[in-house]
Amino acid sequence: MRRWPTVVRYFLLFLGALIFLFPFYYMLIGSLQSSPDTSVKGAFPTSGLTLDNYQDINSRVDLLGSLVNSGIFTGGVLLGTVVFGTVAGYALARLQWRGRGVLFALVLLVQVIPFQLLLIPLYVLIVRGYGLADNYLGMILPFAINTTAVFIFRQFFLQLPDDLFAAARLDGASELRILRSVALPLVRPALLTAVLLTFIGPWNEFLWPFLVTKDADMQPLAVSLANYISNVSSRASNPFGAILAGACVLAAPAVALFVAFQRQFISTDIGSGVKG
Amino acid sequence: MAAATAAVKRNRAAGLLGRHPVGMILAAPYAVYLAVIFAYPFGFSVWMSFHDYFFAAPGAIVDHPFVGLDNYKAALTDPAVGQAFKNILIFLVINVPLTTGLALVLSVALNRVVHARTFLRVSFYVPYVTASVAVVGVWLFLFNSGGLVNSLLGPLAPDPSWLVNEGWAMPVIAFFVTWKQLGFFILLYLAALQNVPNELYESASVDGANGWNKFWSVTVPAVRSSTALVVILALITGANLFTEPYLLTGGGGPNGSSSSPVLIMYQRGIQQGEPDFAAALGVILVLGTLVVAYLNRRFIEGRDS
Repeated sequence: MRRWPTVVRYFLLFLGALIFLFPFYYMLIGSLQSSPDTSVKGAFPTSGLTLDNYQDINSRVDLLGSLVNSGIFTGGVLLGTVVFGTVAGYALARLQWRGRGVLFALVLLVQVIPFQLLLIPLYVLIVRGYGLADNYLGMILPFAINTTAVFIFRQFFLQLPDDLFAAARLDGASELRILRSVALPLVRPALLTAVLLTFIGPWNEFLWPFLVTKDADMQPLAVSLANYISNVSSRASNPFGAILAGACVLAAPAVALFVAFQRQFISTDIGSGVKG
Repeated sequence: MAAATAAVKRNRAAGLLGRHPVGMILAAPYAVYLAVIFAYPFGFSVWMSFHDYFFAAPGAIVDHPFVGLDNYKAALTDPAVGQAFKNILIFLVINVPLTTGLALVLSVALNRVVHARTFLRVSFYVPYVTASVAVVGVWLFLFNSGGLVNSLLGPLAPDPSWLVNEGWAMPVIAFFVTWKQLGFFILLYLAALQNVPNELYESASVDGANGWNKFWSVTVPAVRSSTALVVILALITGANLFTEPYLLTGGGGPNGSSSSPVLIMYQRGIQQGEPDFAAALGVILVLGTLVVAYLNRRFIEGRDS
């Protein structure tokens, strides 16, 4: 009796999945065609695929340089989040100190302040005030410690059994020693989730690096590709091919990381992290 | 005895700095970050919106006189701003119900899937983890006048084409964002569904409820707090819209029919050098978002709490 709804459910889910994946397939196919074929048949070419578009976009946008910039931007944010976020999460979860409640209330409040309100003052401060335009530090600063990651770390440390810490304290370990020898070695699963979640932020971020980088040599790939889309593409022989080739290069690292570690992403940590 | 003295000592310290003062040092970098990147700019933004603020040459000391509500008046009476808020309203009317409905239905379906679980989940999450700039490229390709969508539709294709059509530009952006963000909201719902006790479904079955009844009278009420969260996050996404109108419709075109408040903040505040106007617009936008979010929360969660 329950057979029929199950079949329908699978059919609809697979149909939905195909609709969701189709733009990615089309992105790849479009990036490999020497001239855009927008007919229905053109979406399933059997021959004539070439890598010319990748050369084309590489001659207009310095792909490698942009990827390095994206990497430094993302790496800086990951470093800040991992180094300062883990210890902050630990302090919020496991230690009692004056001001903990205030800081945690602030963390919750930050989630409510949208980035668009901070956009103009941050631009004034970082670009005009500190002169950090076209500078990696200027790109990284507003994202330096991912608050959602701090939540995930806090949640993780809260879930560790109390006995573990009580035993270490009984053995006379200092709080720093407990952090180094007990808590941090255990944090690996939370670390992976937090790193994945943090990675997609700066790697995909457009608005902020777009505001702070005017020098093409400093732009992350998302910014140089966007500039190519809005300014240069009209002059290229196969603008869409070149755009899609750039899009594939931009999308590939995030998609590959995510598919490789999707188990971490699917865990409910993220749900509980976001909800605090 | 020694333990007791130690405890007394610890209690005395606890009064001043807490039991583990080292926590302060560990949390200090993050606290400084929040103060510098969120708290201070937040205050600065509000201050700027009440003053005549402009970009001066580096090092020059200039006066920024208090102008009261002038910036707010300028922002509220600007026709482009009115248009942008109207566009966001169109966006929200399409995006929020679509996102909430699809995310809930898909997560319920995905939750009970046994086969191809990973493939299906990954398919729905992939747009969320991909850069907007990258997927905007392929949407431009799909929806331009000679694109695949129009060749599929043939004579039914709108003229002018989607992204340059005043009536269609904003709806296409709303569909784009729904597709892009849905995976994240499915993730939230899937987490919530793990906490719905199975007994509720069992007793509903005993009462003779079919699948549809169970969905409406067990699942929907059980995940109501997540629905409130999804609606609020979708609202914030809508209020934050920038990349899509900037790239997909070439800067909010045609004729401003897809511009957004953040796009205007960028154009007026940074391109045209009126950060005070942009700051006031930012404050209005955030207040508006908070009011709508509050009303939604009351509407979705309020009846029984």
